[in-house]
Amino acid sequence: MKFSLGKYAFPLYAVLAFIYLLIPIGYTFAFSFNDSLKTNLIWRGFTFDKWTNVCDREGVCDAFGNSVLIGVISTIAATALGTMIAIALVRYRFKFRKSTNLLLFLPMATPEVVLGAGLASQFFSLGVEKGIGTIIIGHVVFCLSFVVVTVKARVASLDPVLEEAGKDLYANPRQVFWKITFPLLLPGIAAAALLSFALSFDDFIITNFNAGADMTFPRYVFTAAARGVPAEANVIGSAVFIAAILLVLVTQINGERKRRSLLKKH
Amino acid sequence: MAFTAFSSSKPKVGIKPGKTGKVVIVLLAPGLAYLGAFFLTPLISLIMVSLQAPDPLGGFGEYVPALQFSNYFVVISEYFPHMMRSFGYALAATILALVISYPLAYFIGVKARPYPLLQKLMLTLVIAPFFISFLLRTLAWKQIFSNESWIVTTLQQIGFLDSDQYVVGTPFMVIFGLTYNFIPFMTLPLYTSLERLDTRYLEAGSDLYASPSKVFRKVTIPLSMPGIISGTLLTFIPIAGDYINASGDFLGSSSTAMLGNVIEANYLQINDYPAASALSVLLMGAILVLVAGYVKKSGTEDLL
Amino acid sequence: MAKEFIARGADLELKKIRKEFPGFTAIEELDLHVPAGEFFALLGPSGCGKTTTLRLVAGLETPTTGNIFIGGEDVTGTKPHERPVNTVFQSYALFPHMNVLENVAFGLRQRKIDDPLVKAKEALNLVQLAHLADRKPQQLSGGQQQRVALARALVNRPSLLLLDEPLGALDLKLRREMQIELKAIQIEVGLTFLHVTHDQEEAMDMADTVAVMNKGRIEQMGAPEALYDRPKTVFVSKFLGQSNLLVGEVESSSANSISIEIAGSKISVPKARAEKHTGKIAIGFRPEKATFSSEKPAANSATNVMGPGEIIDIRFTGVSNQYLIEVPELGNITVFAQNVGKSPVTELGEKVWISWSVEHSFGLADLPDTVEAV
Repeated sequence: MKFSLGKYAFPLYAVLAFIYLLIPIGYTFAFSFNDSLKTNLIWRGFTFDKWTNVCDREGVCDAFGNSVLIGVISTIAATALGTMIAIALVRYRFKFRKSTNLLLFLPMATPEVVLGAGLASQFFSLGVEKGIGTIIIGHVVFCLSFVVVTVKARVASLDPVLEEAGKDLYANPRQVFWKITFPLLLPGIAAAALLSFALSFDDFIITNFNAGADMTFPRYVFTAAARGVPAEANVIGSAVFIAAILLVLVTQINGERKRRSLLKKH
Repeated sequence: MAFTAFSSSKPKVGIKPGKTGKVVIVLLAPGLAYLGAFFLTPLISLIMVSLQAPDPLGGFGEYVPALQFSNYFVVISEYFPHMMRSFGYALAATILALVISYPLAYFIGVKARPYPLLQKLMLTLVIAPFFISFLLRTLAWKQIFSNESWIVTTLQQIGFLDSDQYVVGTPFMVIFGLTYNFIPFMTLPLYTSLERLDTRYLEAGSDLYASPSKVFRKVTIPLSMPGIISGTLLTFIPIAGDYINASGDFLGSSSTAMLGNVIEANYLQINDYPAASALSVLLMGAILVLVAGYVKKSGTEDLL
Repeated sequence: MAKEFIARGADLELKKIRKEFPGFTAIEELDLHVPAGEFFALLGPSGCGKTTTLRLVAGLETPTTGNIFIGGEDVTGTKPHERPVNTVFQSYALFPHMNVLENVAFGLRQRKIDDPLVKAKEALNLVQLAHLADRKPQQLSGGQQQRVALARALVNRPSLLLLDEPLGALDLKLRREMQIELKAIQIEVGLTFLHVTHDQEEAMDMADTVAVMNKGRIEQMGAPEALYDRPKTVFVSKFLGQSNLLVGEVESSSANSISIEIAGSKISVPKARAEKHTGKIAIGFRPEKATFSSEKPAANSATNVMGPGEIIDIRFTGVSNQYLIEVPELGNITVFAQNVGKSPVTELGEKVWISWSVEHSFGLADLPDTVEAV
């Protein structure tokens, strides 16, 4: 067996799969440079105008701003609540542990329409007016579970001996938490926060059920979809994509560089 | 990673026993109270609304509390095809996503192990679709397969499609879009599980006379089962409730409407809250039954 | 598929094997013949190519050049599952998703052999673990896992059983027990065993033939006693036990011995026990073959005498005392003395003469790294 099929088949397959995954992204990016009119369906020529004057299109930037605001607040709330639960779940044994786990699992097993409709019904029956506040309330619900899962993994990989060593070296419980536990959990918490922001920023279904007149970016796209989405939406989408991918790449390359320099020292 | 959500990996680290005290309550109370108020109660109000009856005195879209169980029979008889479509599409898209993702996850998690940087770059590419709006990427597919696109005209010219047949609006297009949109949810848990796969088990398998395909069936698949379970759940559940892909403004048409579409229409457009709620309760119930059965059968009982 | 499996072992032959990996060559050129039914050990430090050799035989790697024959049949191009060979892996590699019995029956099931469970149970009986058949591998101790791995390989009656440091993960006491057991099983089943290890005691204790590997080559091969008594290279003399090496120019030679002159002493080695008879050579002797005394022994042609040196370190190890003696212009010499009488026999700082029989000297083919070969 001098010729191994796997040698070429797998990389080839991966390349095809990545092309497939990236096609709509490339399309969206390309059409952000389209010199389009109201809709963005046919290629009419290349222009930077949509990038330079992105806020000229009514509503796009407002919707984007709302999405960022909602994302930031939801992330802060979900990360704080979720981290506390994660620590409790890994580090402490308590009676209602199983039911707590189940309660945290349920939001992930609930389709978004159900979550959205349920919350909307509750707001309706309580007479709460829907708006940015109600959207945030909804986002925290589903972000919370994802934060717990992400941070839990990090807490579980944290050797409790480190905390014991801290205690042994005269740190009180508060100092142990802030000087040892928290810094070690930080990468996990940061990952959870990023995930939570991404989930909130891109959420449409729950938002749609619980938004009043307030627009978010996905809602803007959805409403525009019926009559044609303007190229400015592509600009926002592409810009967010580029920012996110740069952030991930920089973190990864940094991590790899650190790993390599550590390896070299040994 | 969040994508190990459904796997059964147990935390290895010791738990402090007998420390149920103030600390635990302080840590848990805010989050659990939040979920109680904004997750559990909404589910209960959903059930209550699903039993409401039209207000005999009120106008359109006004309902009064009642115990009208007939709502359920009405929605089942009216929307049975949508339910079947939801689960049929979800099943098809989940299987497709699994078939597409497994070799990719295997390549990243096993074959690319000697190149950690490449592994990370490929993982980034897998989640790249997450970074662009769900709606925008779905619309991009719609444009790519639009009636005037060269793909469709070519398909018509070679006779694969009739001259009056198109792609957008067909079940094929909806399943295609669902598969595409949820592939990362499948690939990541598969990767997590395959990345931990000890290849020495595969060598042991071939040493014990199992051919490569036998090794795959008897060793690789069982050992990556946690990833398969986690991935199929993470794709199946959101797909079953999705209404973007199947919507007429995106990849579908009225003949592809799924449960999510009718819930959305009843709730937000014609304000038939009881019907929308009853459908939601049915969807949630069906998914819980499926998840419970699936998890029990596969033996991964300690979730989360 | 290898359809017929011979109840007795088959012989193994490697011809001009070379294995290159990207960036380095694991095996330079290897010729090896393991007769049927033998317990053969490949001994060497990590990175010497011994595990690669094993993986080549198992079919888990393909040689860059060369051929592999099992029972006279060329198996170079065949896949692992087509070879009548089984491996006891270093990590055991017991399938975690199957119980012990299913693990042992795995190979039989793949080959569609009748009554796989009955035969698997018999194999478990052989390693005295039948009572744990329903357990999952994770529930067993290291020693038990090792036995299951052995049963899983043996049950297939392979022509050749490969053992990849199978005792490496066990603690010392268990290791010695398993050595005895493994050897007993090999004699009982009569299969050819190819055992890879870095533990020289283990190799010498169990194997009929030991091949010492270094840097992708076999340095020396033979019965354990012969290897120990007469190592031919510096590496073998140091890796297999300990050696004192003396380097010097051959000054004189008689009919059956040659001598070097070093630090005023004449050190001789029988010609039959020396690889080189002229030029700069290294002569070695084992620490336990030498003795020391506070008075200079009378020199004669059958005894090498050296000294005086100063005792600079004494280490008590129980059965023997290890003395480090510094001889001016010559360096440090190690001498072991059996712990039969008073211990230590001599005090630190004492001046002593070292002597050993010329018959116990050996002349090496190469020189230690620290000496420039002029």
